[in-house]
Amino acid sequence: MSTRIVHRFAALALAVFAADVGAAQLAVRAKKAWTLAGAPIDDAVVLVEDGKIRAVGKAAATPIPAGWQVLDAAVVTPGLIDARTTAGLTGILNTRHDQEQLDASAALQPELRAIDAYDAREPLLEHLRSLGTTTVHAGHAPLALISGQTLVAKLRGATVDQAVLVPAAMVSCTLGDASTGVAPGKTPGTRSKAVALLRQELVKARELRDKRAAAEAGKAPDRDLRLEALVDVLDGKLPLLVCAQRAKDIDLALRLREEFGFKLVLEGAAEAYLRIAELKAANVPILLHATMSRPGGELENLSMATASELRKAGIAFALETGHEGYVPKVRVPLFEAAIACKQGLAFEDALRAITLDAARILGLDARIGSLEVGKDADLALWDGDPFEYATHCVATLVDGAVLFRGSK
Amino acid sequence: MLVTLLLSLAARATAADEVHAFVGARILPISGPPIERGVLVVRGARIEAVGAADKVSVPSGALVHDVSGKWLMPGLVDTHSHIGEASGADESAPIQPDARILDSFDVRAPSLQRAQAGGITTCNVMPGSGHLLGGQTLYFKLKDANSVEDLAIRWPDGAIAGGMKMANGTNSRGEPPFPGTRAKSAALVREKFIAAQEYERKLNEAGADASKRPARDLGMEALLEVLRGKRIVHHHTHRHDDVLTVLRLQKEFGFKVVLHHVTDAWKVASEIAAAGAPCSLILVDCPGGKLEARDLNWGSPAAVVAAGGRVSIHTDDWINDSRLFLRCAGMAVRGGLSREKALEALTLEGARQLELEARVGSLESGKDADFVVLDGDPLSVYTHVEQTWIEGAKVFDRGDPRDKLWAVGGYGAGNARVLHDCCGERHAEDER
Repeated sequence: MSTRIVHRFAALALAVFAADVGAAQLAVRAKKAWTLAGAPIDDAVVLVEDGKIRAVGKAAATPIPAGWQVLDAAVVTPGLIDARTTAGLTGILNTRHDQEQLDASAALQPELRAIDAYDAREPLLEHLRSLGTTTVHAGHAPLALISGQTLVAKLRGATVDQAVLVPAAMVSCTLGDASTGVAPGKTPGTRSKAVALLRQELVKARELRDKRAAAEAGKAPDRDLRLEALVDVLDGKLPLLVCAQRAKDIDLALRLREEFGFKLVLEGAAEAYLRIAELKAANVPILLHATMSRPGGELENLSMATASELRKAGIAFALETGHEGYVPKVRVPLFEAAIACKQGLAFEDALRAITLDAARILGLDARIGSLEVGKDADLALWDGDPFEYATHCVATLVDGAVLFRGSK
Repeated sequence: MLVTLLLSLAARATAADEVHAFVGARILPISGPPIERGVLVVRGARIEAVGAADKVSVPSGALVHDVSGKWLMPGLVDTHSHIGEASGADESAPIQPDARILDSFDVRAPSLQRAQAGGITTCNVMPGSGHLLGGQTLYFKLKDANSVEDLAIRWPDGAIAGGMKMANGTNSRGEPPFPGTRAKSAALVREKFIAAQEYERKLNEAGADASKRPARDLGMEALLEVLRGKRIVHHHTHRHDDVLTVLRLQKEFGFKVVLHHVTDAWKVASEIAAAGAPCSLILVDCPGGKLEARDLNWGSPAAVVAAGGRVSIHTDDWINDSRLFLRCAGMAVRGGLSREKALEALTLEGARQLELEARVGSLESGKDADFVVLDGDPLSVYTHVEQTWIEGAKVFDRGDPRDKLWAVGGYGAGNARVLHDCCGERHAEDER
């Protein structure tokens, strides 16, 4: 027993700073492959070459070329995608020096870039990778009216530049309790004031955009990092990721989109089940709160069955893990999807919520999220049903490189 | 309203004599091997019999519950929780043995309903870990109660049951009068226990002469209960050296101790086992959140058991959700603990760590009729708690929409439970 535990730790320790090494050619044999591109395949083989998926099919129809490294598993799935986390900005120690998810000096700071704060060597990311995660949408926390930008990174490499897929993915905005009182005694102190400030800033950004468009050559208005980020929001280059838990705050987000026409992605949405028709009509994708989020404060009415309700209604969503201030310091996509499945979401839909459907909302479904020929070879291997408590991740591949191996 | 109240009181009186027989389930008594298609007979608040269908007959007149295909196991025992919105010590001092959870417990908090939905029947609610000694804990049953006395567990002498919460490491440190270092933490605790020993000596010297007794001191009286083994120390501790400090203090003062959380248990498993100190472990989804929890490992329960130690598992609710208490044991199995030990850790071993094993923790005749009905293997993610029974009364039924709201969540799940057995029930319906 103790030997096994020690092995597990050795594996973790070695993997933390592991270089991106692996066979250029590798085959995965699995009793079941959830490709998410058609029905699951029993007795499957996935061939990986030069970081891409070269073939997926029945073992009988997918011969493994001689000399290729072979990995065996009970189940293979696409590498998991955390649709929204603060890991990488948030660190494991939870002390001042490893908490980069919020600067509390001002309520509106869209100019803060995740890429300037993301630590690719953060142990929390290693933990996520040991549980099948290969991609994270990470960034500033939903703890201020606008806290900053997000990025999308693969869980690979020792630097943010080696890891990053999308350097600026979205701008994080929060409506509700967290949007007020970021700095004690400072504005905004109420929801109405928060929205007034946000609208004022978006109006300014719109004016800047108009001035730029109208300016004669050489007479462009002065640069303004803050407003430029919001111009990107108005232009649809950066979606506004609006965290809204209460139904009234979801209404608020829809009202703002109506006024300014930005690309809206909703985050959290604990009371989304009260606004099914409105959300369906608005065609807004949702990064739904972690299933096991604590039912208190603005999330007091959260339901572990909301994912299932959204699915039934045909509303696009993925599961996020969000931000945690204490323990657990990050949540794990695998575990959150498992509980959504327990509470009524079909197995494949739960898996999609942390793979392909997340990739779609992030605009990366041509590259990641399913096991299809030509896609990145991001794979998670399991020794049983991935959602079962006692199942282990036996290997995680990122771009074809085996970056985690379990002790089993 | 009065009529309703009288009727419900009458119903309660009847329930005390009711006989229920649960037949057809796979019964996990915990104190013995699983029983396929077993029979559980409940008379009033106690278990009358449990066994195979050919050994236990259904008494005539029993209300028969066909639970074929279900699993039935003892109600879960949570050795460390913070439900009920209770508080213990305040910020005036690091050691406050006089503060009682009993005096601040909200029996209508929705967190209690969630615990019922998770299959928890017995619970130890504690003050937080921000103090070296944060006050007296409360052992209670998850009954639908109107007062804390209704649900508190009592010792045979009538005293309300509970332990004493202590902590070391970083949570209990702070600005003076709180300790600034680990050594100072231990020194303050030793000083206080020595004072309690002196207090006891003076009491003994005074003997029957009341005029010579020291003035009553509520804190000292509580510490005497600790020194005399009437009140178990439930000690929050994470880092390996902090664990050993607890064992050192235990050896010096001889109190009974249960180690709680014990993040680094896997590093000092043999020392823990050698000291005979039981562990109440936490399993969190991710290491960290603070330096002393950085090395959290799901292998800890298995490591302690392999070393010969005793392990229960707790929610630490608000850290882990009481509704998913079974999941905590699942995570311990993920870390290498046997299924049998994992289920015992949720039930009988927890009962032992609260010294309540004569009453709860297993399905045996004479014990309290506290049990859960599940729709499958308790260690599978897909399994739901269908019913929770405490002392022969059903307190949770997933088939009841009101109970399901607590179990799954939804609009109104954050509201406090209002009065039961009376007009409140109607109000609760109206709110939804």
